[in-house]
Amino acid sequence: MSDTREQFRPENHPTDHFLLTTVVGSYKKPKWLDRARELLEDDSAGFDEDDWAEATDDAARLVTEEHERTGMDVICDGEMRRNEMVEYFAHLIEGYEFNGRVKVWGHNYFDKPSVVEEVEYGDEWLVDEFEFTDTVSERPVKVPITGPYTLANWSFNEVYDDGEQLAYDLADLVNEEIESLVDAGAKYIQIDEPALATTPDDHAIVGACLDRIVDDIPDDVRVGLHVCYGDYSRIYPEMLDYPVDEYDLELCNGNYEQLDVFTEHEFTKDLALGVVDAHAAEVEPVEEIKENIIKGFEVVPPERLTVSPDCGLKLLPRDVAYGKMENMVQAAREVEEELDAGEVDAGLAAPTSD
Amino acid sequence: MAKVVTTTPGLFPLPDWAKDELSDLKGHQKADLIDGTEGAEIEDTYDRVQGEHLDHQQSVGLDRVVEGQGRWDDMIAHPLAVADAVETRGIVRYYDNNNFYREPVVTGDLAATGDVAAELDAASEQVESGLQAVLPGPYSLADLATDDHYGDDAAFLDAVADFLADEVAEFPNVETLFLLEPSLVENPPDDGADERASEAIDAVASAADADVVAQSYWGALDEKVYAYLMDADVDAIGFDFVADHEDNVYNISEYGTKSDVALGIVDGQNTLVEEPETIAERIEWVDDNTPSTEFETIYATINTATFYLPSNKYEAKLDALAAVNSEVISA
Repeated sequence: MSDTREQFRPENHPTDHFLLTTVVGSYKKPKWLDRARELLEDDSAGFDEDDWAEATDDAARLVTEEHERTGMDVICDGEMRRNEMVEYFAHLIEGYEFNGRVKVWGHNYFDKPSVVEEVEYGDEWLVDEFEFTDTVSERPVKVPITGPYTLANWSFNEVYDDGEQLAYDLADLVNEEIESLVDAGAKYIQIDEPALATTPDDHAIVGACLDRIVDDIPDDVRVGLHVCYGDYSRIYPEMLDYPVDEYDLELCNGNYEQLDVFTEHEFTKDLALGVVDAHAAEVEPVEEIKENIIKGFEVVPPERLTVSPDCGLKLLPRDVAYGKMENMVQAAREVEEELDAGEVDAGLAAPTSD
Repeated sequence: MAKVVTTTPGLFPLPDWAKDELSDLKGHQKADLIDGTEGAEIEDTYDRVQGEHLDHQQSVGLDRVVEGQGRWDDMIAHPLAVADAVETRGIVRYYDNNNFYREPVVTGDLAATGDVAAELDAASEQVESGLQAVLPGPYSLADLATDDHYGDDAAFLDAVADFLADEVAEFPNVETLFLLEPSLVENPPDDGADERASEAIDAVASAADADVVAQSYWGALDEKVYAYLMDADVDAIGFDFVADHEDNVYNISEYGTKSDVALGIVDGQNTLVEEPETIAERIEWVDDNTPSTEFETIYATINTATFYLPSNKYEAKLDALAAVNSEVISA
């Protein structure tokens, strides 16, 4: 069983039980940071890369501290330096070019990049981001990184014979980046593969990518996989074979209708359960979140449950996102106390006969 | 060789200026999308979008000119999204792509709106010849929608086919009608439903006073689905040779095809722009590999809608496709 989790238990954690609280990653950018980006893109504004670096540092510090104040165990900087989960990386990887926006839905667009040459590692991706966040906060930092399958699938491929070959080449680059992150002290990496939800038949390709990603990564580094907004029955239980410690899943949005998928076959890894909805603008009350957390014990015992929102919180107003995180942490701490007191009697949290 | 007619299945990307202008005028949420009651300012923007799409196709010399479907926020579910007795609900995934549309839920008797006919009326004033209409095929439209009224799949498919046939009846004169049927590949009908799908396509085609092409894409049709589709009275069946050439050639060789054919031989979902010579070679390849058939007309087309592409690449693809006749075949 995975033993990468205990290192994130805070020293003075008040209860015997420990539900690891964290986030998926992205967070609403402050309005002034959006304004700063506009200035950066406006050649006549006299706002240069140094100014931009200062602005992103300020935003990352602000949002990291916002996460810290909620009392959460493992924090992120809200991805303040990243404009979008594919574009950001494609700008840094050699071999990509940008031709313009394409439709996602309605009038929501995405600057979908094209792979026009074999991909190569270019500028560093996330080491500076990690080191900055790690300096700002006393708490452990999780690094979310877009997975190679999604990077391949959400790009135009002009070069490779198929998307699979492109994904494998990108997986080698992700592996290289994670090695650098680990050298810099990162202990918790989350691979984001939302594209797996759109093309579940490719789950074996994602598995082969993950094999490449974790190659030579030390055993004490916790590796999670985030997949959201799809039909999990099409990738479960096969996904349990992936070489990761934890699966971070969106289930609150669907009112846990898919929870049964994970109880038919034993869930043999750690579960990071979405307990607040990333696309509903109301802050869930603590009591409701506690009920959601307890649903997780139908799948895994408390020592293998991580508590997090369904997905990144970047589309929510900041005060709502903060309220969700704060209530989520509060709910987890209360459930821990109830577990210690033997008051939670559900699924795999039920007191054992001995 | 057969006469080659260059065309597209429409659903073009909005020009970049229109992406910005319409984002500002309409907004970004699901309640902001097209419902058929746009104000004058939004209509004016769409008129200019249509004008740009028509001008570009005609200036490069495509043989068939589509309206462009710039207003189709919900992609091929559009005709239902603007219909009465349909509620547009949450955002749902559009096939296995990173695209979404509003789930149309049919809550009462469907009736034609004339919405697509109005788009074609406006286009017909700017197109002298070769105007082509585009509609979802009935099977795909029913597949993308949810029935809360008719009660069973067969009745619902019939109702959707009647609805589309009534829309077609309001069209101005068009040369060709493309019925887009990706669901025939993506979510193929099972026993019984395959025959009904063919009959539904036949019902829509019968309402058209134009050459009708039933265009499938994202792969080849299952044999039985294809065999039934051959029973429909359409002028051509369209094949996606970008996604799958072997199984499509097999279907044509095994079951024959109509006297006309549509070949999806330009990739609507990749920015790599094909050279006119490459497109011509692909047409010849199909012709060479189906020796038992003699095509009268070959519609050379982009395999899918092109809203997947950035505007510059979409335009470059149309340029290359249009050049097949003028620069390659007749050269």
